[in-house]
Amino acid sequence: METTTSISQKLDALYEYDREPVHEKSLHGIGKFFGIYAGEHIAGTEYVIGPLFVSHGVTASDFFLGLIVGNTLAVLCWAFVTAPIAVKTRLTLYWHLRKIAGPKLTVLYSIVNAVMFCFLAGSMISVSATAIGLPFDMKMPTLTDMLPNSVEWVIVVLLVGAAVTALAILGFERISRFSSIASPWMVLVFIAGAIAVLPKLDVQSVGDLWKVANEKIWTGVPFAGQTKFTFWHVMFFAWFCNLAMHIGMADMSLLRFAKKWYYGFASSTGMFLGHFVAWISSSVLCAAAAGSVAPGPIAYMGAGIAGAVSVVIAGWTTANPTLYRAGLAFQVVTPNWKRWKVTLVAGAVTTIAAIFPAIMMKLLDFVALYGLLLMPIGAVIVADYWFLPKLGLRQEYAAHRGIGLSWPTLIAWLGALAVAFATPYEIFFIALPGWFVAVLLYIVFSYIQQKYLAPEERRTL
Amino acid sequence: MKTVLGLAALISLLLTIVPSILVAMGLLSWQAHATLMTIGMIVWFVSASWYVQTSKS
Repeated sequence: METTTSISQKLDALYEYDREPVHEKSLHGIGKFFGIYAGEHIAGTEYVIGPLFVSHGVTASDFFLGLIVGNTLAVLCWAFVTAPIAVKTRLTLYWHLRKIAGPKLTVLYSIVNAVMFCFLAGSMISVSATAIGLPFDMKMPTLTDMLPNSVEWVIVVLLVGAAVTALAILGFERISRFSSIASPWMVLVFIAGAIAVLPKLDVQSVGDLWKVANEKIWTGVPFAGQTKFTFWHVMFFAWFCNLAMHIGMADMSLLRFAKKWYYGFASSTGMFLGHFVAWISSSVLCAAAAGSVAPGPIAYMGAGIAGAVSVVIAGWTTANPTLYRAGLAFQVVTPNWKRWKVTLVAGAVTTIAAIFPAIMMKLLDFVALYGLLLMPIGAVIVADYWFLPKLGLRQEYAAHRGIGLSWPTLIAWLGALAVAFATPYEIFFIALPGWFVAVLLYIVFSYIQQKYLAPEERRTL
Repeated sequence: MKTVLGLAALISLLLTIVPSILVAMGLLSWQAHATLMTIGMIVWFVSASWYVQTSKS
């Protein structure tokens, strides 16, 4: 009993300024953010995303151009949208949103957010499991597997999930330290694995690369049952695969530790190493493996034991910050719970999700949906911070008036999603118009709320 | 000590990337490349972790 209390006290001591602005002495230099972003975006899921693009029949030129444009746009969003508000408020997204949307709507948002984070971390655990299962000759999930295909798979996922949750409970500092150490090595493993399999693709010299890229890797021909992807699919996916983090403002929780707003550019390590070099490498590995998409086996084929270990570590280093964010989100819902307890719950949900291979095999669609659902709240935060003062309206109106649920925020959120889903385009493209709709709705209804429905407020504005 | 650890870390990264290039050039077997990468991995995690600890202290 005494031991239990002691562990509990130690875990409780891992307080990380979650509910108040970060103190100046806790701010980090830009090097830490380069490391965190590199570690977070050179992830196990990169081993899946490259092959999924290959399976959707992207051409080589569409793939490279789409990645360059999309990743650049993503970095600009982190630098010019997320970071400036994060360093001004120094609050997590959740506690800042509480002032804008009110506690009731924040609870709803936090539940949606935490569940989506758990599913995302779950896909990373699935990826790690494909590598852990290699020595046991575990049957690997295939592109069409939606349910667990063996008992071994379930056991391995449960073990990996337990380990990832334990690491996440240890806290942000330890996670980022491990991530920083692993990421330079992981980039090289991705590259080395792809280079080592080039002879299997009949690359004899550097001059063969572009020809092989077009004829054997990004052939332009989708696998059976897969839809055809173009430049626009690649560009929008690269831009919006972390939509919830940049435009959705979830990375306020991370960038609130930044000394300067321009630390948002540190996301470039994640985008151009993880979402460029790693996606290219995993595409090459997939082609060399005759279209196999299971991350563990393709990494082993390229880099042996180091490749398999890199899949495990890449999964862990990404699942941990994601689980950390999920813990933050759940903490709003359970304000009297300590961090370790909420992270444990998030870890349990994540591990259960990871048991289903669908979360890994339908990753492109899931990632797009996840960003889309959370994006309107980021739009509301931007509108509240930058546009309302210019219109003579009060920011953080819910906190000012003690409102439990900000109906302009709710209308903006649901309205943007309704308009987005009503458009006849694929899920990869509908977030962009949705953002403008959310901003417009929030401004219009905030104006009505503050100017017409609260006349006594007008006098004090 | 930091210099030694830094050098070890650098060598481990070279052990990770260089063998793959030799495989692509037909100068090294895949098995040898995989073994060297494993050694590089172990050396990297030991030396880089130690380097970070030394820097802090």
